[in-house]
Amino acid sequence: MGKKLVIVTCITCPQSCAIELVKTKDDYEVSGNKCKKGKEYAIQEVTNPMRSITTTVKTIFKDFPRLPVKTDKEIPLNDTFLFMEEINSVLVKERLKPGDIVLKGIRNMDINLVATFGL
Amino acid sequence: MLITQKWDVIVIGGGPAGLAAAISAHDQGAKTCIIEREERLGGILKQCIHDGFGLVTFKEKLTGPEYAWRYIEQANERNVPVFLNSFVMDLKKEGNIFKLSLINSKEGAFYLSAPAIVLAMGCRERTAKQVFIHGTRPAGVFTAGLAQYFINIQGHMPTKKCVILGSGDIGLIMARRLTLEGATVHGVYEILPEPSGLTRNVVQCLQDYCIPLHLNTTVAKVHGKNRVEGVTINSVKNFKPIPGTEKYIDCDALIVSVGLIPENEIIEPLNVPIDPKTRGPFVDQNLMTMFDGIFSCGNALHVNDLVDYVSESGNIAGSNAANFAKENLQKRNLIPVTPKDNILYVVPQYVDLNQKSEVVIFFRSSRTLRDVKLKVYSDGNNYISKKYKVVRPPEMERIILNLSKVPSNISEINIELKGE
Repeated sequence: MGKKLVIVTCITCPQSCAIELVKTKDDYEVSGNKCKKGKEYAIQEVTNPMRSITTTVKTIFKDFPRLPVKTDKEIPLNDTFLFMEEINSVLVKERLKPGDIVLKGIRNMDINLVATFGL
Repeated sequence: MLITQKWDVIVIGGGPAGLAAAISAHDQGAKTCIIEREERLGGILKQCIHDGFGLVTFKEKLTGPEYAWRYIEQANERNVPVFLNSFVMDLKKEGNIFKLSLINSKEGAFYLSAPAIVLAMGCRERTAKQVFIHGTRPAGVFTAGLAQYFINIQGHMPTKKCVILGSGDIGLIMARRLTLEGATVHGVYEILPEPSGLTRNVVQCLQDYCIPLHLNTTVAKVHGKNRVEGVTINSVKNFKPIPGTEKYIDCDALIVSVGLIPENEIIEPLNVPIDPKTRGPFVDQNLMTMFDGIFSCGNALHVNDLVDYVSESGNIAGSNAANFAKENLQKRNLIPVTPKDNILYVVPQYVDLNQKSEVVIFFRSSRTLRDVKLKVYSDGNNYISKKYKVVRPPEMERIILNLSKVPSNISEINIELKGE
């Protein structure tokens, strides 16, 4: 049986490396990446793709109706819309700063939603 | 109340370029202020809530607002004065001093003057009216940046089901954003045979959400009376629609992402020479335009693809504006940097040979090329040779030219890309 080749475009930085993966017995042979992060990304991508979510949440402030936020860790890509559902229920009532936690433990996981701009 | 405040450097625009310019001008000891027409600093980064900013400068992946915040904090720490909600009405030169007429709702009309001006107005989007689309002109035709403003700043959804025209990065990012917020993006349509945005954005914005990308296809016609009801798409060959390939798509909005244009109307009355290729002013390595005392940076100079380079240019323009204000730089010995084979444009377009420092040069290739050699030369002298595996017009390239290697008596420097 021929070895299966997978090509993954790295999204870690704008260089967009085309990384080739060949499955070996219990690991992957990785080539085409220009840095270490590329190898990690490519293996993660073919096993369980992960992404950060960046979005906005509602605030009570007329002069600042939306606060931009992000998850402080990457989440499984396939669960994106489940996370969005919980994130969309948030209403910000305080003048937060970047890095402040907006929502702790999303979906009962060790992942927080943090502000990315100051109100 | 009629006031005229005297400054050393006035920075027009409080986005990433203007912030960096004001910070570096201030740090050079110049009395500096920023003029911003919006109610807060940060420019377009305020609405670019996605991440991927600042990898070059901070070695970490920041969102647009986080990147802007770092510079806003730096400006605040230095107490750089900012005129918010203020609009420049007129810019003229009297003797060696520039006089700006401005308005805002607090002061009414007011006046500022300085011997050096930094232009950091950024760019704006080409609109649907600047590309050729037939049909009616109903509500529901938005530029991608406007749709982004509605969603990310105001919290309004501009569409339930839409078509995106143009595969530039903003179009791709908006395809993901709209999908994430519950809209259906029918597809992204690109007239060219390849996507104009970065490959990583095609992957993480379209493929992640199974949004189709249709190349060699364009929107030919908009339908609807009061609101967009649908669009007709058309396959294209050599920019000409192929008859019989028309297809109707039901949608309530057309989002266009068809390019950016530097915003330089403010300097039109001064006749500052503009490069027709970049649509920004011609500059030298200090980012001074052909008009002594006027500096340009960021996307007002040329449309950048990384904000890191926008800040870098702001930094260069700001510190040189401060030096100019203090001692009026010596007379320049300008020679052109001429784009030759396969080079779309070069910034700066001139270098001042009276200075022997290192110069940051940006260029874009005029088409996608593989295994090419970059050459920077003048008759008989070769300054830079560099190999590239691939160069693409959407991806700006940055090189450093050391002017101490360049003789003072040459008449131009050439830059070319050639196959090996």
